[in-house]
Amino acid sequence: MGLTEAILLTIFTAATPLLIASLGELVSERSGVLNLGVEGMMIMGAISGFAFAQITGSPYLGAVSAILVGSLFSMLFAFLTITLVANQVATGLALTILGLGVSGLWGESYIGVAGIKMEPIVIPVLSQLPVVGKLLFSQDLIFYSSIALLVGVTWFLFRSRTGLVLRAVGDSHHSAHALGISVIKTRYLAVAFGGGCAGLAGAHLSLVYTPQWVENMSAGRGWIALALVVFASWRPLRILAGAYLFGAITIAQLHIQAIDLRDIEFLPSALFSLAELIKAMPSQALSALPYLATIIVLVIISGNRRLTLMNTPASLGKGFVPDR
Amino acid sequence: MRLELEKRAESSASFALISPFLALGLTLFAGSIMFSLLGHNPIRAMYIYFIEPLSETWSLHELAIKAAPLILIATGLSLCFRSSNWNIGAEGQFTMGAVAGSIIPVLMPEQNGLWVLPMMLLCGIVGGALWGSIPALLKNRFGANEILTSLMLVYVAGLFLDWIVRGPWRNPGGYNFPETRGFSAGQILPEILDSGRAHYGALFALLGVIIAWFVLARTIKGFEIQVVGEAPRAARFAGFDTKKTTLYVFLVCGGFAGLAGICEVSGAIQQLRPVISPGYGFTAIIVAFLGRLNPLGIFAAGIILALSYLGGEAAQISLGVSNKIGNVFQGLLLFFVLACDTLIHYRLKLVPTRDGAGIAQEATHGAD
Amino acid sequence: MGISRLYQIYIEIESTLVAAKKLDSGGLEVTNLGMSSAANKQRTGGGEPPMLSVRKITKLFGDFAANKEIDLDIGSGEIHALLGENGAGKSTLVKMLYGSLQPTGGEIIWKGKPVTIPNPSAARGLGVGMVFQHFSLFDSLSVADNIALSLRGADPITNLSEKARELSKKYGLPLNPDSMVGDLSVGERQRVEIVRCLLQNPDLVILDEPTSVLTPQEAENLFQTLERLKEEGRSILYISHRLEEVKRLCDQATILRFGEVTGDCDPNKETAASLARMMVGSDISEIKKNATVETDNLLLTLDNFNLEAASPFAIPLTNINLKVRQGEIIGIAGVAGNGQSELFDAMSGERTVADNNCVTLRSQPVGKLGINARRKLGAAFVPEERLGHGAVSDFRLSDNLLLARHDSDRVAFLRFGKIGFIWREMVEKATTRIIEEMDVRKSGDDPEASSLSGGNLQKFIIGRELDRQPSVLVVNQPSWGVDAGAAARIRQAIIDLARSGSSVVVISQDLDEIFEVADRIAVMSEGHLSSPEDIASTNREKIGLLMAGVGIGESDGAAARSEHAA
Repeated sequence: MGLTEAILLTIFTAATPLLIASLGELVSERSGVLNLGVEGMMIMGAISGFAFAQITGSPYLGAVSAILVGSLFSMLFAFLTITLVANQVATGLALTILGLGVSGLWGESYIGVAGIKMEPIVIPVLSQLPVVGKLLFSQDLIFYSSIALLVGVTWFLFRSRTGLVLRAVGDSHHSAHALGISVIKTRYLAVAFGGGCAGLAGAHLSLVYTPQWVENMSAGRGWIALALVVFASWRPLRILAGAYLFGAITIAQLHIQAIDLRDIEFLPSALFSLAELIKAMPSQALSALPYLATIIVLVIISGNRRLTLMNTPASLGKGFVPDR
Repeated sequence: MRLELEKRAESSASFALISPFLALGLTLFAGSIMFSLLGHNPIRAMYIYFIEPLSETWSLHELAIKAAPLILIATGLSLCFRSSNWNIGAEGQFTMGAVAGSIIPVLMPEQNGLWVLPMMLLCGIVGGALWGSIPALLKNRFGANEILTSLMLVYVAGLFLDWIVRGPWRNPGGYNFPETRGFSAGQILPEILDSGRAHYGALFALLGVIIAWFVLARTIKGFEIQVVGEAPRAARFAGFDTKKTTLYVFLVCGGFAGLAGICEVSGAIQQLRPVISPGYGFTAIIVAFLGRLNPLGIFAAGIILALSYLGGEAAQISLGVSNKIGNVFQGLLLFFVLACDTLIHYRLKLVPTRDGAGIAQEATHGAD
Repeated sequence: MGISRLYQIYIEIESTLVAAKKLDSGGLEVTNLGMSSAANKQRTGGGEPPMLSVRKITKLFGDFAANKEIDLDIGSGEIHALLGENGAGKSTLVKMLYGSLQPTGGEIIWKGKPVTIPNPSAARGLGVGMVFQHFSLFDSLSVADNIALSLRGADPITNLSEKARELSKKYGLPLNPDSMVGDLSVGERQRVEIVRCLLQNPDLVILDEPTSVLTPQEAENLFQTLERLKEEGRSILYISHRLEEVKRLCDQATILRFGEVTGDCDPNKETAASLARMMVGSDISEIKKNATVETDNLLLTLDNFNLEAASPFAIPLTNINLKVRQGEIIGIAGVAGNGQSELFDAMSGERTVADNNCVTLRSQPVGKLGINARRKLGAAFVPEERLGHGAVSDFRLSDNLLLARHDSDRVAFLRFGKIGFIWREMVEKATTRIIEEMDVRKSGDDPEASSLSGGNLQKFIIGRELDRQPSVLVVNQPSWGVDAGAAARIRQAIIDLARSGSSVVVISQDLDEIFEVADRIAVMSEGHLSSPEDIASTNREKIGLLMAGVGIGESDGAAARSEHAA
């Protein structure tokens, strides 16, 4: 396996949790609920995935329980913001703070314990293809799920009737209510889906990405996932692009100091000196890259007011109380 | 049965007062259950957590040291939140205030004049305010979501501190430890009383609370902040410039957080290290909401949250439980606060789901 | 905490799903769009039960009775009017018929059988269709998707467009199923609502204030559609407060006041005055409109004014010319969403422009000046939206007074220079003065704005501005959603202000209101403003054509010229 291939593979791995979490949040936001608790649900998924894998010995059971825990955890948020119409921003923050706290407490006994890695499932024949064989067909189950989710969410939102109902609720909850669509039920389900996705994304961190438990191991990925939804202007395919862009940035900052630039076959000579310059930067500056990139991306996308105004679900972040 | 909300004609003044206490009570109740589950006597645990730290002079000083930054930051946050500017990056503004305030002690260690401390504090305020102005400017100019940008800047500030402490500002005589040189005597915020460590940061917090309360409750600027938060369209009708308001509250909040940062470094730690805060900037969000975004309430709330830090340490020593329990407490508390605040604007009603004659259609009404 | 609660919610969601499935398979005949079945049901003789009967229906909200023991009968093929003021209980009644609300007592009898209507889809299943006043449409979705959403279980894409096209042709309601609803005009949106309703082949169609958003000509088309539905044997429940319209169209009328039935009559045998009396309970004071004091003094002008659209669904203003003389009231008519709120923003200074000279106030150029600078020059403004624009809902009335006047009355209300300390006593005194002057009914000394009824809050908001005795008043929709008594009082106050030597601009979608108060009338259409015409030399038909956009755009130059001549 060449270096290029190896780097691409790590980019895929870094992008997968972002893709999954963003898709979940996308569905939630399309229904009009802004759940800022992605970071908290993700870290809950990471610890529960790790813990249940330890208990059962199976990373797959770990991943399943991560989905369930993420969903259940998001119900706390749903109850407050949907049933009690509490402020969505503040409640999302509360969910993140609580998630970081609970996972820290729960994970104390797992610090330093060797994790159980979810092994790749090699698809016969297809995996023999050059480059794509390794990248697309010799991956773990969570990677395959992320692609399935992408296809599923796209189909669901734009081809299914329930998806239409969900978008309608996000566009105008009052109109939806007048038509007899249950706004509350739709939103509960959308939030639960978002929670499950965030949980699975967390499980990817502690079962695939770095198979161990480290406190706060989500390291802001939940927030980046939120930014990706804005970046993608609430469209699933653009989330794919965003997630892989950020995966690439994350990997670049991790590896750029360790590798010899001459080993990268595809690097054009013009970029070589630029890469040299970046290599000379302190490691902290490189670590800050994903966060800075998030800010830059937000600025670029939000600067296009028309694009954001046209695509933002109209009732996003607004509580719904049926009027008389 | 299902829960239904009924809007009150007027928001309930009594619930506005009761709700923080109700939330606190619920948190204590939930905490007791948690301790029972962990196999501890809940009453003893609660005593160790919330009463014992109040029983000794030195721990009261520690309480003041912890409460001061929480109160200062939360007061600044209350201005932001009141105007619907969701600044959640106070932790970063705290950090940058600490770094900016440390310029003089690190680069000019020999300076000890009377002007030095005020200058350090001023640098801290300016550093925090400038860092805080970034999300405001990005929001005003590009419409970039301030929640995400302010949070991303927390990570950037943290890495910047890490770099400067390990790199250019590392103590030359410090055996390669990642820390700056210790501040000299004239650069350290003095203690208020002889009886303990509490420094002038606590007084600044008190001052900040009083000023912010006055501005919010009694002046047209405070009125403007509230109008911008409640109804941006009405703010324009009133002739308020919402962008200026946004910049203003971010600058003030950043300044408050920066002041808290330099006070912490100069008063309590007395040098810069890679980690200078146990998450004050995030805990202050809880303080702000528990205080119902009212500076006077925030003063009380800050003390309660500071207690949870001390109680966490005490419980770790006396009971051997993890200090992470403190974080769980804080998260639960914020949840309960937000839930109880619903009662201010709504009445909760349990509505029986009618099961009359088994009409299937009846059930569809259930989740509407 | 909430675990058991969460579980309950889960159970409810489950049962809802099951029930919804049952409904789907049961009630609806979406596929059968043939109109023959309905057409066969001809107007029934005396023997058959009415389509819908409501017996002693009551709805309580806490202690407040929104509906008290209401009786109502609607026969097949009957157009039945439901009359009443704002807050009389019309919407509550209708929402119970459509399943959005559940009655506290009484019964609903549908085609002779007592029924419960737990939700709107059950109502649609029975054959009850509804056209909402504030449309229940989704801006970001296509017309076809909007229609699909009201039909349970239907395929959103296939067939539907074709059926919708057929229906819209049949009833004279042209529509393009693929366009985005957000881009449609108000009239087109109403067509979507109506077609969506008709697709379900309803026996009873409920229309809530359908003509309030239409031009007179559009309303005429709607009446023809309704007559057509009536011929097919369908019943129509027609909610309105426009008495002439009701007299013309409806076979029967039920009148509500304070949640009770105050009259049941054949509107053709009543006069508009007698109907109004049943609605209001007393005679409404006639508005006195004294003669204009002629002056040539221009207090407010817009000169070739242009404004870009602020958002994707907003309207740009093009080449607006307007000269308002001292002592006159200019009415600006137009269908909703043709640039009226943009025009308001332009006049108030909530949006400023680079060219300082294209707006003048009392002969001073103010294009670049903000709203408070314009207020200081003697202008006052009343926006359309009360809550969230003209007032902050959670703020007390005194704070809402401060909202509009903190700068113009800085000397009176603020102290200590830059600090801007709010002088509560003075603000509260002024609040009390306004409340007394305008007879604002409220609970408590200084209640929150949201606790007032629409009419009382509007009286306060207008009183807040009149209290300053402004030389220019710009008001958008002065009596929108306001009861007749308050509306009369507000209109009279506006006229009195103008006669005392001020200039007033009244933007309104209500033609009755415009004709009642204005001296000259101009019309907004797609961001253009027609040149104002004397009220004596114009009529509803002419204004209606202008509202529909006939002849505004191209006559700009001519308009400007005739303006100069005047």
